[in-house]
Amino acid sequence: MLQLIIKRLLVAIPVLIIVASLTFFLVRLAPGGPFDSEKAVSPQVLKNLNEAYNLNAPLYEQYTDYMTNALVGDFGPSFRYPGRSVSEMILTGLPVTLELAFYAIIFASILGLLAGIVAAVKKNTALDYIPMAIAMLGICMPTFLLGPLLVLVFGINLEWMPVSGWDSLPGDKVLPAITLGAAYAAYIARLSRGGMLETLNQDYIRTARAKGLSEFKVVMVHAIRGGLIPVLAFLGPAIAGLIGGSFVVETIFQIPGLGRFYVEAAFNRDYTMILGTTIFFSALIIFFNLLSDIAVAIFNPQART
Amino acid sequence: MKYFSLCVALFLISCGKSISPVDSGLENKIFHFGNGSEPQGLDPHIVTGVPEHHLITALCEGLVIANPKGGPNLPGVAQSWSVSEDGRVYTFNLNPQAKWSNGDDVTAQDFVWSWMRILTPSLGSQYPDMLYYIKNAAAYHMEEISNFSEVGVKAIDKKTLEVTLEQPYSFFIKLLSHYSTYAVHKDTVLAHGTIDDRNGEWTRPGNFVCNGPMQLKSWELNKKIVVEKNPFYWDIDKVQLNEMHFYPVSNESTEDRMFRAGQLHVTNVVPQEKCPVYLRENNPYLRIDPYVGTYFYRINTLNPVLKDKRVRKALSMSINRKQIVENVSQCGQKAAYSFTPPGISGYEPDTAIPFSPEEAKALLGEAGFPNGEGFPKLEILFNTQEGHRKIALAVQQMWQQYLGIQVELVNTDWKVYLSREMIGDFQISRAGWIGDYEDPNTFLDLMRPNRGNNKTGWDNYEYDALIELANSQQDEVKRYEILNKAEKILIDEMPVIPIYTYVRQYQLSSDVQGWDPNPTDTHHPKFVSLER
Repeated sequence: MLQLIIKRLLVAIPVLIIVASLTFFLVRLAPGGPFDSEKAVSPQVLKNLNEAYNLNAPLYEQYTDYMTNALVGDFGPSFRYPGRSVSEMILTGLPVTLELAFYAIIFASILGLLAGIVAAVKKNTALDYIPMAIAMLGICMPTFLLGPLLVLVFGINLEWMPVSGWDSLPGDKVLPAITLGAAYAAYIARLSRGGMLETLNQDYIRTARAKGLSEFKVVMVHAIRGGLIPVLAFLGPAIAGLIGGSFVVETIFQIPGLGRFYVEAAFNRDYTMILGTTIFFSALIIFFNLLSDIAVAIFNPQART
Repeated sequence: MKYFSLCVALFLISCGKSISPVDSGLENKIFHFGNGSEPQGLDPHIVTGVPEHHLITALCEGLVIANPKGGPNLPGVAQSWSVSEDGRVYTFNLNPQAKWSNGDDVTAQDFVWSWMRILTPSLGSQYPDMLYYIKNAAAYHMEEISNFSEVGVKAIDKKTLEVTLEQPYSFFIKLLSHYSTYAVHKDTVLAHGTIDDRNGEWTRPGNFVCNGPMQLKSWELNKKIVVEKNPFYWDIDKVQLNEMHFYPVSNESTEDRMFRAGQLHVTNVVPQEKCPVYLRENNPYLRIDPYVGTYFYRINTLNPVLKDKRVRKALSMSINRKQIVENVSQCGQKAAYSFTPPGISGYEPDTAIPFSPEEAKALLGEAGFPNGEGFPKLEILFNTQEGHRKIALAVQQMWQQYLGIQVELVNTDWKVYLSREMIGDFQISRAGWIGDYEDPNTFLDLMRPNRGNNKTGWDNYEYDALIELANSQQDEVKRYEILNKAEKILIDEMPVIPIYTYVRQYQLSSDVQGWDPNPTDTHHPKFVSLER
């Protein structure tokens, strides 16, 4: 296990360096600069701004300066928001995004596993077809459609939930968590159904049944361990995806998370912010994939190499 | 499963109807403001956008403030002023009661230091040109002189400020309501950095000191900024709001839903697709106010075909503006037949752009393209936004139908669009200009040769001389006459094709009082109250 962790961490270092370097040069290749605005900036002002942000230095010098500072966690000042450092902005948005992702994954896991297990156990019955059809709908329905629909029904028509905000009004975290978690719930339902079906056909399950164990015990004690391996493997990238992909939900519900900073940084050509968030998200993806691999290894000894 | 469903149901019911922020705001006098996007910052010398404008109007005050009903500016920090006979020297008498939010006096020296700050080249301010009308201000900013005492601004005493202009610009008072001319608190700025530090933390809650009706209470990034009544404000008796909450809601639909759910008193915009619906339904909250802005198409006059003014006029005369505002933009915009919006500070441009496909066709024929034959394919450049695309589609269709020319639409990301416009890599590009202050000069100055925002390559020195001459006039009537002549040249030469005059479309709660329409969309909090 330790070997697996060390191996993954060693691979992560060059991956992060490559991601940072590629992003550094690609954002500079993109047309338009951070200081372009509808009100034209005079050459004199542009020169001053470039000097203020070290953009007039040769590119290799900017690159080495940036990478040296990034190594010690200093991602520089944001170009778009004077007076704010990228690290500060990441640290401001991160807890919110993590909290949102946490609620979403809890919602997705509970709903997905319940539906998947029930569908597998009651194979080829209404309890299989209905949840799986809903799951397919969930996979197909984009968050930018589901979010406003939920808001219209529960926020505006029924007035049960606030239509937006985070930590401002009671219940304002419910709809965003459901919106973000819905598609993942659907995936988990399908994956857990598949995994459970395969496991329920194994010899050891037949043996367990032959021993006279109750069906509940067979499913929840014996089958679930093997049946959930595909879900565990999926959870790592899913959590990383939830964190990186929460932009739409954050925008619909006016949530002050990291996703909005990330996407807006790209539109604003906020070079340091793009780089900082990209490196940070890459590190998160690597981390959650590693966690997922560790979980799979715990459940499946064959995967421990 | 049963228990789970029960828990969910109980949870949902427990969330039930609660008192909305708009309702509770009425009692607590808290105003909930939809403010577009997250502001870049709160330093009046650094920031440039509209959300920042709303916040700085609440937090700081200049020598004068914009009139909430439109028209001449009202006294702000300056309680009165006088102008010398030659119109070049302005003497401002500052209000003895004007104080910073920490209780310090606002002094004339504060303005001198602040204007030195915005003109300091290494600060990289994007608005130093607002002060270029002051003697030697441009020279100081361009580093042609290094001694700030040569710039025409000095403190006669603690409460008297004297400003000497390069020439008698009669609109000078008008531009002083713009936030870039506001003073900042020297000790606070210097406590958190140097005079030219863009990244100083003096604008953070706890550090921020300014002199407006409100003071900064809290700032949660991408969530909300809260400002509260400033007890040291000189006109505190007029301020009826206790707090204002500014929400950076960049998504128009989200903002619309927030308004409908009682979370906002005012929205920044109305979603474009909703505007005609609300108009049809006579939505009582919909407000469509005049706005000093023009939506237009920029023509690259350096292009071999477009350098011929007959071609430019043909393009302009074959656009049915009335049809565009009625059937495409559909939100109360006014068809534009001049570059400067009519009525701005009493200025009425005497220009016309007839919709005449026959005349347009004839002009194109004269230019060597009868029935559009041989005319190269034209490109309309615009940034990604549904509204721009729809207008471009309409114009494309009109040009193809009336002139017989081929038109291609080029839809790009905002920064790509800006960069292509800046380097002249376009033929026709969509554009918009919102005036910085309430005077025709904020529009007509744009098209002078060598102005960074001209971007068309059009350099007409007769036009330039007329603007210069107008600027030297103290008599407003005579000045407007000269500006009108310049405007006629502009419309005759057509380096820009005006399409419509902007309006401000937004939703406003009926609880809000004192929110009067005005062309610069400035709503000073001391005139706003909440009542039902």
